[in-house]
Amino acid sequence: MDKRVVGKIRRVVGPVVEVGEVRDAQMAEVVEVGPDHLIGEIVRLQADLATTQVYEDTTGLRPGQEVWGTGMPLSVELGPGLLGTIFDGVQRRLEVIRQQSNQYIRKGVRVAPLDHEKKWLFRPTVRPGDRLGPGEMIGVVRETEVIEHRVMLPPDIVGIVDSVVPEGEYTIEEPVAVLSAEGKTVEVRLSHRWPVRKQRPSAEKLGLSLPLVTGLRVVDMLFPLAKGGAVAVPGGFGTGKTLIQHSLAKWCDADVIIFIGCGERGNEITDMLIEFPKLIDPRSGKSMMQRSIVIANTSNMPVAAREASIYTGITMAEYYRDMGYHVAVMADSTSRWAEALRELSGRMEEMPADEGFPAYLPSRLAEFYERAGMVRTRTGKIGSVTTIGSVSPPGGDFSEPVTQHTKRFVRSFWALDRQLANARHYPAISWLESYSEYTREVAAWWQQNVAEDWLSLRNEVMELLQKEARLQHVVKLVGPDVLPDSQKLILESCTLLKNAFLQQSAFDPVDMYSVVQKQVKMLRIILTFYRKGLENIKRGATLVRLRRMKVYSEIVRMKSDVPNDQPDLLDALERRLSRALDQMGAVYEQSPEAT
Amino acid sequence: MSNRATPQVLEGREYIGLSEIVGPLIVLEGVRGAGYNEVVEIRQPDGGVRHGLILETSREATVVQVFEGTSGLSLPDTRVRFKGKPLEIALSRELLGRVFNGSGQPLDNLPYPVSDEWRDVNGLPINPTARDYPRKFIQTGLSAIDGMNTLIRGQKLPIFSGSGLPHNQIAAQIARQARIVGEDVPFAVVFAAMGIKYDTARFFIDSFEESGALENVVLFLNLADDPTIERLLTPRTALTVAEFLAFDQEMHVLVILTDMSNYCEALREVSTSRSEIPSRKGYPGYLYSDLASTYERAGMLLGFRGSITQMPILTMANDDITHPIPDLTGYITEGQIVLERELHQKGVYPPIAGLPSLSRLMKDGIGEGLTRQDHAHLASQLFAAYAHVKEVRALASVIGEEELTPLDHAYLEFGEGFEHRFLAQGDHEDRSLEQTLDLGWEVLSTLPEEELTRVTEEELEKHYKGK
Repeated sequence: MDKRVVGKIRRVVGPVVEVGEVRDAQMAEVVEVGPDHLIGEIVRLQADLATTQVYEDTTGLRPGQEVWGTGMPLSVELGPGLLGTIFDGVQRRLEVIRQQSNQYIRKGVRVAPLDHEKKWLFRPTVRPGDRLGPGEMIGVVRETEVIEHRVMLPPDIVGIVDSVVPEGEYTIEEPVAVLSAEGKTVEVRLSHRWPVRKQRPSAEKLGLSLPLVTGLRVVDMLFPLAKGGAVAVPGGFGTGKTLIQHSLAKWCDADVIIFIGCGERGNEITDMLIEFPKLIDPRSGKSMMQRSIVIANTSNMPVAAREASIYTGITMAEYYRDMGYHVAVMADSTSRWAEALRELSGRMEEMPADEGFPAYLPSRLAEFYERAGMVRTRTGKIGSVTTIGSVSPPGGDFSEPVTQHTKRFVRSFWALDRQLANARHYPAISWLESYSEYTREVAAWWQQNVAEDWLSLRNEVMELLQKEARLQHVVKLVGPDVLPDSQKLILESCTLLKNAFLQQSAFDPVDMYSVVQKQVKMLRIILTFYRKGLENIKRGATLVRLRRMKVYSEIVRMKSDVPNDQPDLLDALERRLSRALDQMGAVYEQSPEAT
Repeated sequence: MSNRATPQVLEGREYIGLSEIVGPLIVLEGVRGAGYNEVVEIRQPDGGVRHGLILETSREATVVQVFEGTSGLSLPDTRVRFKGKPLEIALSRELLGRVFNGSGQPLDNLPYPVSDEWRDVNGLPINPTARDYPRKFIQTGLSAIDGMNTLIRGQKLPIFSGSGLPHNQIAAQIARQARIVGEDVPFAVVFAAMGIKYDTARFFIDSFEESGALENVVLFLNLADDPTIERLLTPRTALTVAEFLAFDQEMHVLVILTDMSNYCEALREVSTSRSEIPSRKGYPGYLYSDLASTYERAGMLLGFRGSITQMPILTMANDDITHPIPDLTGYITEGQIVLERELHQKGVYPPIAGLPSLSRLMKDGIGEGLTRQDHAHLASQLFAAYAHVKEVRALASVIGEEELTPLDHAYLEFGEGFEHRFLAQGDHEDRSLEQTLDLGWEVLSTLPEEELTRVTEEELEKHYKGK
C-alpha cells in the first residue's frame, strides 16, 4: 500500500511520540516518523490524536514533522532465509546493518527483513487444478542442510491452482504459483507477511505427550518439559538463567530453535553468535546455526523494539510449527519485556497497577504463553511451539508481579536458587521450589522408550530430597552427629545425588548434556547406593565404610567419565556397586552381633 | 493557519522568558519545533551561561533539564538558545592528562584542546554482531579477583560496596596494577566521579600520580557540591571519550565510574520533578534502560584493536544488594565484586565477599593457554568449600565449636586460611597468577583429599599438598 501522510508530530517524550491532525490512521498501524522515517506503531487513537511507540532513537524529532502511515500492522516477513539469521526486535538483519553502518546501529537504517535477491531452489508439489486449503503446502525449498522449508499458502488464502512454476531457482519476490479464489486471482510467492501480534491459526490444539528432551538431567528427570509446553525460569542475577537458556538452545531435541535476547547483555549475544556456528548438532552432524534464528534486542537498543521482539520471535516459531516442526522459543528475559511495557505505559501516562506495571500486564503475558502448544496444522501435520521464558525478578524476590503473573500461565516452573548458585551448583534449579505439571503427561513416553521405572525412579528421588530438606533443618539446629546412621545415609545419598547427578557443568565436553539412557542409569546407580546402603546399615555397617568403597569416587565422576555414546558402561558400574554392597552386607550378616 | 507552520530547525534562535521552573527543570511555552534530546544554552541577565537538555517537546511546552541547576534563574529574564543538535563533545588525544568537570569544561585552567572531531555524548548502540567476545585475562594482582572472579579485558565488572568499605583503595589498586601478562600496549584510564567528596577525588589523583600514570588519565569530576543534574551527563561524556580513545586511538581503556548511586539519585530527582510514575523506591521505570545505555558502552569490537573495560562503583544503601541500583546493575553487568562488611571488620583487605561475587566472563578467559589449566576447577572447588565453611560456621554458632566433627573443624581451618591468607593481601602487594593459584592449593590442602570433588585426580596429584 502507498505511504500517505497521516499526521504531524505534536509531542515527543522518549520513545513515545504523539501525532496530531490525524485523519485516517488505523489502530496498530506501522508508521514512519519524521525525516529519518523512524519505524513506529500506533498504540492509541483518540479523536485526531494518535499515540505511537517508536522503535528507534527519537533524538532530534520535533513537533511539526510529518508522519506517514504504511497501512499495515507490525508484521514479519516469513519465508526462506530466516534460519541462520540474526535479527533485531523488528526483523532487521543485524549483519546487513553492520555492513551499512559499521559497529553502531544508526537510526533510520533500512534493511529488508529477508534477502530479496537470493535465489532459492524451489520444487513445487502441486499441479494446476489442485484445490488448496489455507496453509496448504505448494512446494519445498531446501533452506539449510537440516531444515526443509515447506512453502505454504498464507493462512488466509484458499483456491484452485491456475498455474505453478517448474522446479527452478526463484527469489522470494517472484510469484511461484497463481491461484483463483472466488473469481479473483492471487499470486503466491515464497514469502508472505503476517502481523506479529496475531496468533497464526491451526486446525486443532492437541494435548501434550512428548517430552522436550533437554539433556539437562535435573530437568529431564525431575521437572520435565513437554513439547508444546511453557516454562518459566525465574532467578536473581548470577543464578544462571542465561546459561540454562543457552544450554537448552544447544541440546534440546526441537527441530528449530528461536532465541530471543530481549533487553539483555550484548556480550551474551556475541557469545552465542561465536559459539553456535561452531557447535555441531549431535543429531544432524551440522552446525547449530542451520536450525536457529537469533533475535537480539540488547538492553541498550531502543526499548519499544524490545517490546516487539517477543512477538517477532513467537510468530516465526508458529510459522515453522505450521510446516510440521517442533520449535523451541527461548525468551531471555521476559522481565525486560515487561519493563519495556511499563516504560512505554508510563510515558503514555496510563494508570499503573502493581509496582508501576500496566494493568494489562497479565493479559499480555497470557497472550504470549498461550501461543505455545502442540497443534495439528491445517494440513494435518503435527507441530509444536515450546516456550522457555526466563524471568529476572528484582532482588530475586519471586513475589513480584512478573513472576507471579507468569506462574499463572505456565505449567512448569524452574526456580533458580541463590544459595545453590553461590556454591556454584549449576544448574541452580531448586528441587524444593520448582515443579512441572507435565510429569504425568510425558511419563508414558519415558516408560515406553527409555525405562519402565522412570516415574517411580523420579518419585523416589523427589521423596529422598524432601526427606533430606527436613533433616537439614534438624542438622542446622543440633548438628549431624545426633542423627542415626540410617538418616545420615539420606544426607549422604543426597550429597551424592547433588554432586554426581544434579550438578552439571555446561563447559565439560562430556557433561554438557546427557542422553536419556545415561540419565536413567545414573539415577539408578545412586538409588542403588541408597537402597542397598540402607540394608547394610540396618545390618550394622557404618556410613564411613560405605563412603570408603572404591566405587564411590567412580560414581562421583561418572557424569564426565562415561561418554554419551556408551551408556552401557554405567551398567557395569552398577554391577560393581551392587557387588561391593552385597559383599559388605554379607560380612555383617555373618557376624552375629550385627543382628 | 499558525498550527500548520512548517517545521523549522531552531538553531541559533533565542527565546526570552520561561513559563515555569520546577526543581531542575524549566518549561518554555510557545516554542515550535524544539528537537527531543537536543541541547540548549541558558543565558542569565548577568551573562552566566548554563546548559540544558530537552526532555519533552510538544506544541504547547518544551521541558528542559538544566545541568547546572535552576537556582538563580528568573522567569522573565532568562534567555534560551536552541542548538538544534544533541550534546556533543570535541575529542582528541590531548584530553589525556587533563581534568574536566562533569560536563566536559576544563578545571585545570588550560584551554580546551582543539579538535574537529565532535561526537554525540549519548553514543549509539553497538551492533551485537560487531562485538568481539572478550577473552583476555587482566591480571590485577589481587587473589580474590584473579583467582576467583577473573577480570577480562572488555568486561564491565562493578564493585558493590557500602559506606565505610575500602572500594576506592581497591579500584585504585586495580587501576595501578592491572595489566595483561606479556603484553605492552597503550593503556589509558578514564575516571568519572559523580557526587563524590573532594578527598576521594584527591585520593585517586594521588594514586595515579604515584604510579606515574597521570598523563594517561582523563578525569571528569563532579564533586559532592557540584550541580546534581550534571551527574547525568558525566558518565556519558566520559564514555564518549573512552570510545574515542579505544576505537579511534587503539588504546585499552579502563573506565572507573564512581559513584553510580549518586547518578541514579540525580535521575530520580529529575523523574520526580516531572511527576513521572515511579517504580521501585521512587526510581523511574526506565532506570534499567538508562543504566544499560551506560554500562553497555564497554567491550571489544571486531576489527578494532582497543577495548573498554568498565568498573563502576556503587555504594549499596544499608548494604542491601536487593536495592534497585545494585539489583539492576547486576542484571546488566557481567558479574559483580561484592564487598563484605564482616570481612572488613575482621581486618581482611580486600574484603571481597567469597560467594556473592562473580565474574561472568571468567569461564572463557581462563584455563589452558590463557591462565593455567587447573584454574577453573580450583576456583570452583574454593567456592564450594567456602560455601560449606559458611554452613559449618552457622552450625557452630548454634551448637558450639566443640560439638563439630573433625571434618567440620578442618573446614573451619580452611575458612580461616582462605580469608586471612588467600583473600587478604597488602594494598601494594601485586601477586602473580601463579602465586594466587598456588596459594589457593595451599589453603585447600587443609581439607582431606576426598572432600575435593570438583578437581580431577591429576590436579590433586600435581598440586595437593595435604598429607
